[in-house]
Amino acid sequence: MSVPLTLLGLLEREPSHGYDLKRDYDAFFGRGKPLPFGQVYATLGRLARDGKVVVGEPEAGDGPDRKRYVITETGATEFEDWLREPVAAEPHLQTVLFSKVVLALMLGRDAETYLDTQRSAHLRRMRELTEIKRSGSLVDALLADHGLFHLESDLRWIDLTAARLDALAAEVAKR
Amino acid sequence: MTEPLIHARDVTLAFGETPALRGAELAVEAGEILAIMGPSGSGKSTLLHCLAGILTPDSGEIRFDGRRIDNLGEQERSALRRDSFGFVFQFGQLVPELTAEENVALPLLLSGQRRAAALQRARGWFPKLGLDGLEARRSGELSGGQAQRVALARGLVAEPRVLFADEPTGALDSLTGEQVMDLMVGCARDQGTTVVLVTHEARIAAYADREAIVRDGRATSMSGRPTS
Repeated sequence: MSVPLTLLGLLEREPSHGYDLKRDYDAFFGRGKPLPFGQVYATLGRLARDGKVVVGEPEAGDGPDRKRYVITETGATEFEDWLREPVAAEPHLQTVLFSKVVLALMLGRDAETYLDTQRSAHLRRMRELTEIKRSGSLVDALLADHGLFHLESDLRWIDLTAARLDALAAEVAKR
Repeated sequence: MTEPLIHARDVTLAFGETPALRGAELAVEAGEILAIMGPSGSGKSTLLHCLAGILTPDSGEIRFDGRRIDNLGEQERSALRRDSFGFVFQFGQLVPELTAEENVALPLLLSGQRRAAALQRARGWFPKLGLDGLEARRSGELSGGQAQRVALARGLVAEPRVLFADEPTGALDSLTGEQVMDLMVGCARDQGTTVVLVTHEARIAAYADREAIVRDGRATSMSGRPTS
């Protein structure tokens, strides 16, 4: 998650105070990992330095920070470019899972048991996410779904690899 | 230590020369939701059918509520399925000639309840499952998700001790399937029904308390959080 680009996106919606940006960031993107105020203002400071936002005059208000931040043309262009660009579809050809399986086979360890243990760990996490999905808001459900689909794809790889362990062991032994 | 509600011990079953179960062991605690997973042809559906008294194992034993059920006669097994078990399958479960509410009432009618009382009880399930207004429709007039929710109501209407569900979301899209699972889990927990669910989909299995993996006719791995 890119904090500067996300803040630019929130500012593209409407000019905002630092406090409001933090509140919206935490509500939609923080999910248990709130953005520290220090990071909000440091990021806004860098965006202002780079000409991507401008800072309005201090306004009268209750809190210490009543400065409103406004996105500039440069900031809006950078945000639009980022939004249009697809996220890199990484092949993940050298995942930790893969490395552990191959190393286990190379060392004559029980790769099948490792895969079973990993499957259980994945399913346990999927149960937790499913519970969040069942009891949480729509935003919680969508984020949990994202995690669930990724875990499910790992699980499919685990199942396929478990079915191919003998062949993979022969392949590893050849080298 | 209390005895499991369902206990399969060293169960074997072959279809002709083809072994389907080879010494399967499985224990299901009362009130838990258990997912049986495994690749196609691993024997997971066969195991479920044995646990539910639909198939008879060649050897081994199956106990339900402390009573051995694998050696019961067909009539006794039929009574057991009617009185203690509910079922949800993947396809073709609703009787097309009956309305949705008649389909839901079917287990009650088969166990001897009067028609008016059975239909009234069946109707009570429609709002619970978001099926309001569909009581008089026939299965051909229902979407896949609606039909599966009607089937779920039929599986639970008689408040069975155990609901057996074999790939209950297999014919549904992801969102509809998850809605059906959400309702199944919610209703089963509300009425304390034990659920044994066969699925090959991890996202569906994640609705269960724990999973058992069947591979080559054996329940080879079981894990999950302890049930309360």
